Amino acid sequence: MTIARGARTLLADLSVTVSGGEALVLTGANGTGKTTLLRAIAGLFTPLAGSIRLEGGQAEQDRAEQCHYVGHLNGIKSTLTTTENLSFWAGYLDPGATGRIERALRGFDLEALADIPAGYLSAGQKRRLGLARLLVAQRSVWLLDEPTVSLDQASVALVSAAVNTHVAAGGIAVAATHLPLGIADAREFRLTAPAWRDDEPHAEVSA
Amino acid sequence: MIAAFWRLVARDLTLAFRDGGAVGTALGFYLIVVTMLPLGLGPDLKLLSRIAPGMLWIALLLAALLSLGRIFEADDEDGTLDMLAGGPLPIEGVAAAKALAHWISTGIPLTLMTPLLGLLLNLDASAYLPLMATMAIGTPAISFLGAVGAALTLRARKSGLLVALLVLPLYIPTLIFGISAVSAILLDTGGYRAAISLLAAISLGSVVVGSLAAAAALRQQLQ
Repeated sequence: MTIARGARTLLADLSVTVSGGEALVLTGANGTGKTTLLRAIAGLFTPLAGSIRLEGGQAEQDRAEQCHYVGHLNGIKSTLTTTENLSFWAGYLDPGATGRIERALRGFDLEALADIPAGYLSAGQKRRLGLARLLVAQRSVWLLDEPTVSLDQASVALVSAAVNTHVAAGGIAVAATHLPLGIADAREFRLTAPAWRDDEPHAEVSA
Repeated sequence: MIAAFWRLVARDLTLAFRDGGAVGTALGFYLIVVTMLPLGLGPDLKLLSRIAPGMLWIALLLAALLSLGRIFEADDEDGTLDMLAGGPLPIEGVAAAKALAHWISTGIPLTLMTPLLGLLLNLDASAYLPLMATMAIGTPAISFLGAVGAALTLRARKSGLLVALLVLPLYIPTLIFGISAVSAILLDTGGYRAAISLLAAISLGSVVVGSLAAAAALRQQLQ
């Protein structure tokens, strides 16, 4: 797979396979394309060449519907309470599921904050609420972009626990991170700096 | 999928009314523009009542235009749009749900406020009902065509003015047939059925075209 942003090739001839029950940790310096790769897997970004395939899974759903993408932004509405934020996602992503909101609140230690408008939460609490979305709808692929930013150690442990449970149940997790996540036997995939330099003419680096 | 659609509409309405500012700004703008008209034109009641339907329509278009930005902007800024795109609803559905919520939270309140503002312009008593009816039928086009402009300019800086330039020309047919229906009823020249049918056709057409075009623009913006 080759991914380009504008005229610049970001990731060239990339190939990686992740099987069910496996966690992949993407590492690499800033600007090497970790976020872009995750967005491409989530179906939000079209690669220049090559393809991304999800084998098995739900045949009648496309890939984007089987992925949970948690980006840099948490997607939280500050005028809704913690529970209202989660119950919207539960109802939108997977109508009919019950009891998942309580589980998600418990899983990310948000029970005490359940009825507080999300605008009053701290950065770390907002991050936890953003991640709690992972638990309100059942999806087999988790794509996490720097999931532990602004989290304290206890919260990082909650994230690791959630990812480990998901992977142990046969799910796939792909996380871009600079900090150790504490995921049991995660494979590391290192993205290297792109081949272009600023002084090169852009035409030469088009794929 | 249908459940997800209504869920999204309900959430957008909750956000619009809980924020307050969003709906209030459009209504306030409508009020202030119409209030300034008699001050600028002088106390000629005949003149005011003759131009009232057109002025109310134009003020309504401008007020609605002011609120178009919020259809997608907030969801894009906090990352919600990425997640909505990964949901069970196709992006066309997301665009349609958000435009529908915009119509309910802007088009309908503006229409309901019109009788109050009609008083300021000495609107003919027999014109209230036809004017409100044409507004109710015509305003869906404002929201759905506006969604296209809002999606196209989502990540442009200072997009407000750009939206106006893109979208206002598209509102011309709605304005023309809205006004011609009202004046056909008032002057009893007949032909108001045709104008109202065309107005409804423009609204229904823009529900389809607007959702598709806004979704295409959103796909580009999300890349």
